[in-house]
Amino acid sequence: MINPTEYLPKSYHPRVSTYWWLKRWVYLKFILREASSVFVAWTVVMTLLQVRALTRGPAEYADFQNWLRSPLVLALNTVSLFFVFFHAVTWFNLSAKAMVIRVGGKRLPNLAITGPNYAAWAFVSAAIAWILLRG
Amino acid sequence: MSKRSNEPFLWLLFSGGGVVSALLMPIHLLLFALAFPLGWLDGPGYDKLLALLRHPVTRIYLLVLCSLPLFHWAHRFRFTLYDGLQIKHLGELINIFCYGGATLGTAVAAYLLWNV
Repeated sequence: MINPTEYLPKSYHPRVSTYWWLKRWVYLKFILREASSVFVAWTVVMTLLQVRALTRGPAEYADFQNWLRSPLVLALNTVSLFFVFFHAVTWFNLSAKAMVIRVGGKRLPNLAITGPNYAAWAFVSAAIAWILLRG
Repeated sequence: MSKRSNEPFLWLLFSGGGVVSALLMPIHLLLFALAFPLGWLDGPGYDKLLALLRHPVTRIYLLVLCSLPLFHWAHRFRFTLYDGLQIKHLGELINIFCYGGATLGTAVAAYLLWNV
């Protein structure tokens, strides 16, 4: 891949603060969005721990459930839920920008693309909740 | 540069993982990490959950839920380290850490789900 910065003159090298992303809300929002991936990875780790505990037997699973109830894990998971939710909203909103669909030469309005995404999200969430909560 | 870039493939994994985690993770976290532990809702018991986990469809579902989002993390975290902390000169190391971690995580997930 071509990296444009490789072709800049060596003499021109403005120093950017390591904390450049704290300077503006949009920058911060960008970094928060990227940081959400860490919580996505954490969710995977937790899911795998759950699968392992379930496989090992009822006693292990009870331990796992107690671990989920510890204040630190609850706090971490509240933050995780916020970030994962933030990821979902920014992801669906971005889909309209990533996927430009033209009908009869006219660009479809953003809502025509984000709308079905949100509908799918609601449907899938309801289906998972139904599977886990039914009788 | 004659070597073909594998960036589009990695981007595809990133994007697939983005969709999967956006659609599935909020409800998973809300139920398993908050609603059930705090007693807001009655979650499925051990036997019911194990029976559900043993179903092949659930296992494939969980493999997808674990692997693609890990590659999504790898991609985003790579660029956060590159740009956020400006340590692009450590590129090789970061790539090994991120994509290696996602590959390892996928292998662990496959192993665990195979042995349910």
